[in-house]
Amino acid sequence: MPQHLSEATTAGGFLLVLAVVLPVTAALLAFVAGGRRVEWIALGTMPLGLAIAVAIVVAVPQTGAPLVYLLGGWAPPLGVALRADGRSAVMMAITAVVIGAIGVFARADFRTPAGSVEARAPFAFWILLLAIWAALNMVFMGGDLFTLYVALELLTFAAVPLVSLDGRGETLQAALRYLLFALLGSVLYLVGTVLLYGTYGTLDIVLLSHRVHAGPPTLVAAALMTAGLLAKTALFPLHLWLPPAHAGAPAAASAALSGLVVKGSFFLVVRLWFDVMPALPGPTAAQLLAALGAAAIVFGSVVALRQKRLKLLIAYSTLAQIGYLFLMFPLAVDPGSAQFQSGGALTGGMLQAISHATAKAGMFLAAGLIYAGLGHDRIAGLGGIARALPISVLAFALGGVSLIGLPPSGAYLAKALLLQAAAETQQWWWAVVIQTGGMFTCSYLLLVLGHALAPADKPVTLRVPVPRIGEAAALALAMCSLLLGLVPWDGYLSVPVGIPSNPPVLKALATALWPILGGIVLAILLGRWGQGLARIPVAEAVVAVVGSARRIALALGRMLVRVDGTLRQWAAAGFSLLVVAIMFGAAMLAGR
Amino acid sequence: MGVATVFGLCGAAAVGLGLYGVIVNPQPLRKILAFNLLGSGVFLIFGVVARRGAAAGFGGDPVPQALVITGVVVAFSASALAVALLLRLFQETGRATLHADAATSAGANEADP
Repeated sequence: MPQHLSEATTAGGFLLVLAVVLPVTAALLAFVAGGRRVEWIALGTMPLGLAIAVAIVVAVPQTGAPLVYLLGGWAPPLGVALRADGRSAVMMAITAVVIGAIGVFARADFRTPAGSVEARAPFAFWILLLAIWAALNMVFMGGDLFTLYVALELLTFAAVPLVSLDGRGETLQAALRYLLFALLGSVLYLVGTVLLYGTYGTLDIVLLSHRVHAGPPTLVAAALMTAGLLAKTALFPLHLWLPPAHAGAPAAASAALSGLVVKGSFFLVVRLWFDVMPALPGPTAAQLLAALGAAAIVFGSVVALRQKRLKLLIAYSTLAQIGYLFLMFPLAVDPGSAQFQSGGALTGGMLQAISHATAKAGMFLAAGLIYAGLGHDRIAGLGGIARALPISVLAFALGGVSLIGLPPSGAYLAKALLLQAAAETQQWWWAVVIQTGGMFTCSYLLLVLGHALAPADKPVTLRVPVPRIGEAAALALAMCSLLLGLVPWDGYLSVPVGIPSNPPVLKALATALWPILGGIVLAILLGRWGQGLARIPVAEAVVAVVGSARRIALALGRMLVRVDGTLRQWAAAGFSLLVVAIMFGAAMLAGR
Repeated sequence: MGVATVFGLCGAAAVGLGLYGVIVNPQPLRKILAFNLLGSGVFLIFGVVARRGAAAGFGGDPVPQALVITGVVVAFSASALAVALLLRLFQETGRATLHADAATSAGANEADP
């Protein structure tokens, strides 16, 4: 964010207010109107919100500086500013797209039934979806740390009830775990805010970035805020709430939770480390953050491969992908000044977040359709589904392919940027982790596709007809993720020269080959195949060759599953949170 | 020892007790209560910050007070939401526990053929 000390509301600044006011007004109107009008109010808001997001995207590069709106005309530190830079604009646009697709998809699931005046689940769903949207927009453009705290809490309060929309005991428990752990995280963030205000007398991001200097209160604040935000992002080992919450929610809610909500707190970690205090955390803390990310990739992926249910597999893959987002931090540290720079690595991380938002939302929607069609989501029972629901399986596959990082997907561009940054800063170990992450992603995609493409024992009869428009929404999100690499990002995120968005075909294929080959090996070694593997002739031969390797890998997999189970105990997770906070404090101190 | 220091220490003690309760106590209702204690400790520290700002000659820095009011509202809504979820959980299952059931961990431990 460029530095302006004397700020004023810029032309187009009112768009920022509209971006928050519109969904909030719609949610309030929906409360008043009630009944089946709720659905129409929410759906009517979506194109308007998308138009506002597009207007912001158009307005940001024209000014060359962030869009600013000073609330009430009061400049910080007395007043509160809203600011949208390129990063915010891009995130707001992608949020509007994903929310729109979820809205289109959810019309079938959350329709107020004919004959009833109002049904509880649809009424709650549409209002909560609007609330998530408003809170996310606020997170993306809030200009001071306390506004961001309130936005983050609104986001949590809107997200938690989405988990338990169906009212089953299991999902209520998941929602309560989510809420309590998120509250613990936000209290840590709040303590950090108090300490910063007590030290510098302002919470405005731009003013703080000028005043901030290393001192005990600042370091403690930074460590506590980082740990709190990581708890809300569910970075390993603070992920106890994520798998049951994301896997238990209805498909449309899972898509919003997994695609969008976790990105809110991730975005704030980026704000804190890159904008508020770029000189403070230092390289050691960045290495620690990325190490947690690497652990998340390994744990999330291996446990995903051991799941029996499709939605739990996707939830654990979200865990792994969240880890991937944090790999950019050590790569963004300038070796000379030890400052965090908004360069190619940051762009790579943001692109990864955007690709994941679209792809994972699409995959959850597709999984929801498969669940609805089959009446279950056991991976072992997916045989024949590719014939019965080709579009849904295609959407799932395309979402997965774009997450692996095959060109021209956004994740491909992200991976290229991260690898380039790793080469430039001579941190080969992160390049290894980035490539391994791609292989793991490929492995669980192959596991699901292997089952889905297998012939069925008996012809699959769908329990309910699957709505075409839902399939179209899932496919549109997956396609969106797949084509993100072709978007000119220059005006919004800094893309260094020498990264082709559309590489020569042969070279692209060669780079794509490694994750796929590695993915095949990992999938065979670690996947839960049941009788499925025996059906594929080549795989059988492979298993005969690597039989002992698979036994070792499976033992390792079972061990990781057990460790994961232990870490997801409440006391262990709470203790981990404190340990993570202390470790970040120590790392920031050591990095000085 | 000044007033601010005493209040600061009290705030720190409340935060410590609250953290202990939230993490260690297995009962969700007690966790919610502990969270409120934790929050109160943080708000007390806000008050100390406001008081220290008063050294400039004002009767007290008004900004932290405004922040505390917002924080109290947020903590109140959080507690209300948590209690509502807990009540509903008890009505549905007859139990009020956060221990993950076998169903949520999906039996991933079982042997693979």
